[in-house]
Amino acid sequence: MSGPMVEIRNVHKSFGGQQVLRGVDLQVTQGEILVIIGRSGGGKSVLLKHLMGLLKPDQGEIMISGQEISRLRGRELDQLRERFGVVFQGGALFDSLTVFENVAFPLREKTRLPEEAIREKALTLLKQVGLADMGHKYPAEVSGGMRKRVALARALTMEPEVVLFDEPTTGLDPIMVNAIHRLILDLHRRVGFTAILVSHEIPEIFGIADRVAMLHRGAVVEAGTPEAIQASTNPVVRQFITGDPEGPIQPD
Amino acid sequence: MRILRLLGEWVLTSLRGGGRMMIFLGTALFWIFLPPLKWRRMIARIHFIGAKSLVVILLTGAFTGMVLGLQVFYTLTKFGSEAFLGPAVALSLIRELGPVLCALMVTGRAGSALTAEIGIMRITEQIDALTAMALNPMRYLIVPTILAGLIAFPLLTAIFDLVGIYGGYLVGVKLLGIGEGTYFGEMETYVDLWDITQGILKSLSFGLLVTWVCCYKGFYAGYGAEGVSRATTEAVVLSSVLILVWDYFVGSVLL
Repeated sequence: MSGPMVEIRNVHKSFGGQQVLRGVDLQVTQGEILVIIGRSGGGKSVLLKHLMGLLKPDQGEIMISGQEISRLRGRELDQLRERFGVVFQGGALFDSLTVFENVAFPLREKTRLPEEAIREKALTLLKQVGLADMGHKYPAEVSGGMRKRVALARALTMEPEVVLFDEPTTGLDPIMVNAIHRLILDLHRRVGFTAILVSHEIPEIFGIADRVAMLHRGAVVEAGTPEAIQASTNPVVRQFITGDPEGPIQPD
Repeated sequence: MRILRLLGEWVLTSLRGGGRMMIFLGTALFWIFLPPLKWRRMIARIHFIGAKSLVVILLTGAFTGMVLGLQVFYTLTKFGSEAFLGPAVALSLIRELGPVLCALMVTGRAGSALTAEIGIMRITEQIDALTAMALNPMRYLIVPTILAGLIAFPLLTAIFDLVGIYGGYLVGVKLLGIGEGTYFGEMETYVDLWDITQGILKSLSFGLLVTWVCCYKGFYAGYGAEGVSRATTEAVVLSSVLILVWDYFVGSVLL
């Protein structure tokens, strides 16, 4: 073991006087699936944006395989981003390109592969997410579940070491939620990336996570195995996983 | 006291906004000179800003020329100098109305759509997705658009001028009975190359101005449908106002 893949140390971030992250500490081991749970507006997406280098912490450090990333710029930052794949909340597919072109886009722009190889690779990826015959459609013409799967395929094109998922199943029906989760597990087993997922899907995520971390009011209140989290005595965690409207977390 | 504070706040936000716009322009210009250029995207943008604006430009150009023919003829008859209709129409089109009206029409047709498109890309995280792939959104979105504006605006203006001159011809010669030779002959005598250069310089600067404002407003659009609609409105209003203000200053410098 050569230390954690991702290490977040005491990260603070505020926007216009509003504190969103107040000292987040979190470690992610290489190859694991970490699920971050927490209420909407609790800073989960903001934390992910820090990992992509889209936001910089006001205070604290983010280390990716031992390298501090918040001071990186230009070429170095690009090199770091190339090791990440991101599945955005709404998919963030380019709507002027077809499904196939979306998946092929990173290959066309970032590599000098011949068109033949690009086609083959993109098709393989589309096949893996079960959309081999959807390549000619535009993102607006396919269902929400398909869009998420295309986004997943696109995130994997450059063979990233870490894949970030921003609520990959929000707004999908229960069958599709499980299908996406199974797909993530399956690809994870085959490709072996490190996965960081932000999700609300309780209890489904306990089935796919190696570890779960609960983010509340801008800090991690508890992190551990799914079993440990489910057996947690922390009232905040308890209330969140049971969905009880009464308790320490007040619905606003 | 309260008025002073509000005034101060307003000045500060405007300064900050203006500064951000200048930084945006500076960054965009920096990336323009850094190869590789995204040719296909630029050609798609030229098609969008230029080719798709043709009908609007043909219509407004023709009618502007016809109105000019009519009104200028009416004014000139008062001095008995209707023979100068040709140069009067041509000069006002080439130096002033062509570049300005063309820029205003393209802002309404293409500029608003540009802001909306880039704004939607912002709120649906497509711009973040580009950045996350280590692809520079400036290079992929903004630079091709600005270059397309620089290419399309002068061409559209030239078409506008030409169609306008023939619109004036239609009214002046065919309807009001000025001699064909007089209309074009006097035009040839009085229109210099410098007038044409000035028109082209103006339309070039408008091309930069409109694409800059519209890209900027879309790029920093606020959240949701409301954010994009506000950005679009602001882009059109600001572009239009700046076109007229800039036109005055350029005109007075180049004259």
